[in-house]
Amino acid sequence: MSEDLLRIDDLHVAFSTRRGMVEAVRGVTLTVKAGEMLGLVGESGSGKSVTGFATTRLLDAAGRVTGGKILFRGQDVTKLRGDDLRQLQGAAMSMIFQNPRAALNPIRAIGLQIADAILTHKRISKEAARAEALDLLRAVQIRDPEARMNAYPHELSGGMCQRVMIAIAISCNPALLIADEPTTGLDVTTQKVVMDLLADIAAARGMATILITHDLGLAARYCRRIAVMERGRIVEEASPGILFSAPQHAYTRRLVAASPTATSRIADLVTEEDRERYANVVTRPRQERAHGTPPLLEVRKLAKRFDQGSAAVADFSMTMAGGESVGLVGESGSGKSTTSRMICRLIDPSEGDIVFDGQSIGHVAARDFHRSPLRKDIQMVFQDPNESLNPRFTAFDCIAHPLMRLDGMRAGAGLRKRVEECAERVGLPLDLLPRFPHQLSGGQKARVGIARAIACRPRLLVLDEPTAALDVSVQAVVLQLLDRLRRENDIALLFVSHDLNVVRMLCDRTIVLRNGGIVEQGESRALFDNPKTDYTRKLVEAIPHIETGPTLAAAL
Amino acid sequence: MLSYILRRIVATLPVMAIVALFVFSLLYIAPGDPAVVIAGDQASPEDVERIRQSLGLDRPFLVQFGGWVWRILHGDLGTSIFTNLPVSAMIGQRLGPTLSLMIVTLLLTIVVAVPLGVVAAWKAGSLIDRVIMGFAVFGFSLPVFVVGYMLAYIFALELEWLPVQGYTPLAQGFWPWLENLILPAIALGCVYIALVARITRAAMLEVLQQDYIRTAKAKGLGQGGILFIHALKNAAVPIVTVIGIGIALLIGGAVVTESVFAIPGLGRLTIDAILRRDYPVIQGIVLLFSFVYVLVNLMIDVVYTLVDPRIRY
Repeated sequence: MSEDLLRIDDLHVAFSTRRGMVEAVRGVTLTVKAGEMLGLVGESGSGKSVTGFATTRLLDAAGRVTGGKILFRGQDVTKLRGDDLRQLQGAAMSMIFQNPRAALNPIRAIGLQIADAILTHKRISKEAARAEALDLLRAVQIRDPEARMNAYPHELSGGMCQRVMIAIAISCNPALLIADEPTTGLDVTTQKVVMDLLADIAAARGMATILITHDLGLAARYCRRIAVMERGRIVEEASPGILFSAPQHAYTRRLVAASPTATSRIADLVTEEDRERYANVVTRPRQERAHGTPPLLEVRKLAKRFDQGSAAVADFSMTMAGGESVGLVGESGSGKSTTSRMICRLIDPSEGDIVFDGQSIGHVAARDFHRSPLRKDIQMVFQDPNESLNPRFTAFDCIAHPLMRLDGMRAGAGLRKRVEECAERVGLPLDLLPRFPHQLSGGQKARVGIARAIACRPRLLVLDEPTAALDVSVQAVVLQLLDRLRRENDIALLFVSHDLNVVRMLCDRTIVLRNGGIVEQGESRALFDNPKTDYTRKLVEAIPHIETGPTLAAAL
Repeated sequence: MLSYILRRIVATLPVMAIVALFVFSLLYIAPGDPAVVIAGDQASPEDVERIRQSLGLDRPFLVQFGGWVWRILHGDLGTSIFTNLPVSAMIGQRLGPTLSLMIVTLLLTIVVAVPLGVVAAWKAGSLIDRVIMGFAVFGFSLPVFVVGYMLAYIFALELEWLPVQGYTPLAQGFWPWLENLILPAIALGCVYIALVARITRAAMLEVLQQDYIRTAKAKGLGQGGILFIHALKNAAVPIVTVIGIGIALLIGGAVVTESVFAIPGLGRLTIDAILRRDYPVIQGIVLLFSFVYVLVNLMIDVVYTLVDPRIRY
């Protein structure tokens, strides 16, 4: 045998569905050497996670390896059964998952959950396992580990939970760790801390790692070698430098283009071929507003206190002009979502006022605001298009509903025409309108969400992480759509996001929030290029950038 | 924890007060003059007047209610019109058999239904799952008295393995006591087992799809460890809820079961009291059952907090 720790040979995985067998992985071949960190990059549905699950033998009951081999230390994993398999799982090979909070048992103390893994594979006493678990908590740098041993997952932050998952995964010193989107859903700063920790641990213990991610920038930062997957196949494999400077495959080119970088503009997010289609849109200049026009939105000293504890938001003031786009950034818990919901009048502020187009709306109770004529003017696009659409409403119903409620339209030809206009506006094919959310892709659902929000022709659109759940290529298209809506329909955008690259591209101005207060604000480009506070600098530096251009080429 | 339990007990007081008011009003909700109703068909006007006076029915409603509550708080449930015995004594005599029947049924249910549900969920979609669920539907659809007579016919009359009817107090030995309760408990438990097995299966299926079950597999845990350490406790809240709600089912079922198997318990007493229009006894029994039910709910709430640390007290 060669020095390959893992060799996957022409792997095929299929899932049985109602419509017959669907091949999710179609001939993947890759190798991982001992101690190496390999990036496996692709968009949703590319089969990257399925490859990982097949390797650790954690496929759903519906999934089956239909061809190929997975050789781990020369042993075919796909043929292992019973005890042989369990000796592998969690011991020689382990896995960490996306959404760490859900991956931990909510009603079992974390110390016990780590000890479970140790006791499964080592013949030692419970006390000894507990002592090892404590050492592991120290190894993953959890503060006050003795106290945390008895904590439950809901008492820990997402980043802490992922550290606990890492502790479980490394508890038996595996030779191979598969990390499936380990930092998706975590803040950029947390992402950096967790990934640095993972990389350090892997290096210190000589553990090979497969990093499965949709984020090219993240893979580029931590991996020496990246395999790009598309529709069940590996289309390209190279070092990050080559991948970004000279991508060979058309899909890789598209993916690289769609990944926002420190300097990219919205127009850059699509490849040359696709750009033609948007050319007429993005070149149209935005009309300058006459001096002295009153602001569309003025927020004065807004504060929100929840039942107990300190203020979630305090002393927040801002103004927005019509057609302006403002980014609201910060880590989770910074109060950005709370602020956006107050402005949307979905929750009531504790103090302060909100003035929209000269009318004070801050004191209208949130539960009565739906009767206000201004409800039409302020609409919201929610974070997760999967969760925020009613599963029993078709796309048509979903878009038609606000028109009937707020514009007083009746079912009929007029309504149909308006809904179809909205769908066309967001680029949603009309034949998809009778479909239910589960019959639509993530990008299509995002468009339904936006179409619903713009149906009543609002003047302010509040977007809470609208692209967080989307693939980069879909995100690119959605961002272009939003930018176009702003330019053509003069809709002001309040864009809440933790993705600074996206905010930099889309927003004229950016407000940085921390612990419910404004840390810094200003013109986006200036703010990111030259942050004035340490906090903003930390946020900016934590973004995994894709470095392209001459510096990188020279380094190769 | 203790303060939580105390707070919960205090919170049950209004419920108990409303129940008491309802129970007391039974007499007045029933059509006709309570005194006439109690006196029965053959009573003379003098008898009716005497009853009215002795029960204090001529006084205002709230005064009567207040006096009744006051007496109950001092442990006096009144006197049976039919037997002239204190109601509390009559209930006390009948409590043993009913309590025995309910406890045996409850244990039988938990021991049978929960493992069946777990296995059905684990092997979801397989033959064994379908057999278990088929059995559950069957158990659901059979009335207690049908199951009861069938069991009595097969196991008592034909096979002669177990006694047909009757009850032996625990004081006379464990087996004689249990022997008499097996058939009634199975008859009474049928619906209950079916219900709990179905809920266990549904709750387990839900839990087995969670990410943390995948984590448990990734750790290399065996099937047993996954099912019983990581899954069952997480599925416990709905299961415990249904077991608790099922106790109300048992109370109703016990009345019928005790008739079928001639067990001298509260169920029989209830039927007798209703037939004799013995209102003080009916009131006493309904009050007791309500109290038990409120108590069970309180226990369920306490169990929740023991099972799930996210439920705060």
